[in-house]
Amino acid sequence: MTADAERAQTLTDLLRANSEPLIDQWVSAVAALLRGRSTRVELEADFKEFFAALLPLVGRDGKDTGGPEFAEIRSLLEEYSRTRVRAGFTPSETAASVFSLKRQVFDLTENSDDPQMFRQLMAFSGLLDALGLLTFEFYARARDEIIREQSEQLLELTTPVVKIWEGVLAVPLVGTLDSARTQVVMEKLLEALVETGSEHAIIDITGVFAVDTQVAQHLLKTVVAARLMGAECIVSGIRPQIAQTIVALGIEFGDIVTKASLADALRHALRREGVDVVRREAQ
Amino acid sequence: MPPRSEGPEELPISGDDDVVRVRQLVRTYAQDTKLSLVDQTKLVTAASELARNTLIYGGGGFARVEQVSDGRRAGVRASFHDEGPGIPDLTLALADGWSSGSGLGLGLSGARRLVDLFDLDTEVGRGTVVTVTKWKR
Amino acid sequence: MDQRVPILKIGGVLLVSIQIDLQDQSVLALQEDLAEKISATGAHGVVIDISAVEIVDSFIGRMFATIASISRLFDADTVVVGMRPAVAITLVELGLTLGGVRTALDLERGMKILEQLRTRDA
Repeated sequence: MTADAERAQTLTDLLRANSEPLIDQWVSAVAALLRGRSTRVELEADFKEFFAALLPLVGRDGKDTGGPEFAEIRSLLEEYSRTRVRAGFTPSETAASVFSLKRQVFDLTENSDDPQMFRQLMAFSGLLDALGLLTFEFYARARDEIIREQSEQLLELTTPVVKIWEGVLAVPLVGTLDSARTQVVMEKLLEALVETGSEHAIIDITGVFAVDTQVAQHLLKTVVAARLMGAECIVSGIRPQIAQTIVALGIEFGDIVTKASLADALRHALRREGVDVVRREAQ
Repeated sequence: MPPRSEGPEELPISGDDDVVRVRQLVRTYAQDTKLSLVDQTKLVTAASELARNTLIYGGGGFARVEQVSDGRRAGVRASFHDEGPGIPDLTLALADGWSSGSGLGLGLSGARRLVDLFDLDTEVGRGTVVTVTKWKR
Repeated sequence: MDQRVPILKIGGVLLVSIQIDLQDQSVLALQEDLAEKISATGAHGVVIDISAVEIVDSFIGRMFATIASISRLFDADTVVVGMRPAVAITLVELGLTLGGVRTALDLERGMKILEQLRTRDA
């Protein structure tokens, strides 16, 4: 055990003694790889931190990167991968930043014929492999986050809640409704009822091609929730196929107001608001 | 209030005001975990039902709240422990009992609908542990 | 911790504005206080403002229905106003629909509903 520890020390010592030229070459190699998309100054700042966090880990083989000793390097790599994703680098380019160090260290120890050193190098190589793979994971996770954010933004854009009259809101739903989307839209609608002080909301599903049980349930729940808040929802534009589905699924629409078209729904809402729409006599 | 650590926190449930305290503790965790407002409200409501069950049917006990993760997303887990009589008929207890006026029915079945994971461990004469989890969407 | 919810009288209407995190004892106390107050004042309506309430569980939800039933015995109407969207969604999921309880978006509309009901009855 003590002997092993001493041996491990030798590579650590070598790395520590040569840290400046090593980092410098490492930065050069990666800067060349990234063809100027990262400045040397940026890379140097990042790599100095990596190197400092890496030194105490030399001698480990990287099989336990989830452990507490790896916490610092993990968070550094996570941050690095995250900024790479945002900056549009590929996962390979990101991982290569880590792998490149291997080459510099091999060059440094080229002339050593010490079998102990060789063993340590093998372990070090395994360690860097593990850390490089970690960047892949962090990269993928960061990208998932971005995709999720974007799909949420898209959702906001594609489902506007509009005020079409004093006290009357409308949500035109278009496309395929899945359960998650319906839920978001419905929450947004209820919020808008409070914000605008509207007592009527028209949910127009003319542009919806299919409704499954869950979506129909969400629609129903929204109508009931609106009622608890003191507002009334009108569902308009139910296509014949959807009407059939609803009946076939055995979903009770009960006393919920449904209208054939958005225009009919608006007329109904206006009447409830105490507004009569009359055509002027031709002059 | 500073964010709480991910570690668990326990509160005794031996009176009415403890139910309120459990609600507030669960809300703090739900806010720190950044659950949406609707999900916060659902989880706190479920906690309120379950804490009341612990008090009324379990003769008191304690609640344990913690932040959890399944590797992909964060969540809040709350468990309610009592050493009461246990629940002899689970099917009945989990059925909607609102119309019959039995508080237990809606408490358990309602709480189950409000959360993502619901686990019930009960033994007649030994007590009941109900554990619920809500994930960040 | 024994907090009582104050009941205000505005004209013929009793206004209950819930500003605290309700514990079960306070709920029961409020039901009793309201019954006494309706009978003592002959109020024709009760408005329960829950715009500050962050959660309504089955116990509190049941209170609304109970208060509505009690006031009906005294020929008064009950309106629950200002329920937050998150609370409404949760109640629906919980399976509580508050059958028979009138609701309104805000206090002003709640008062208007009570006024309309009174003139209709008169």
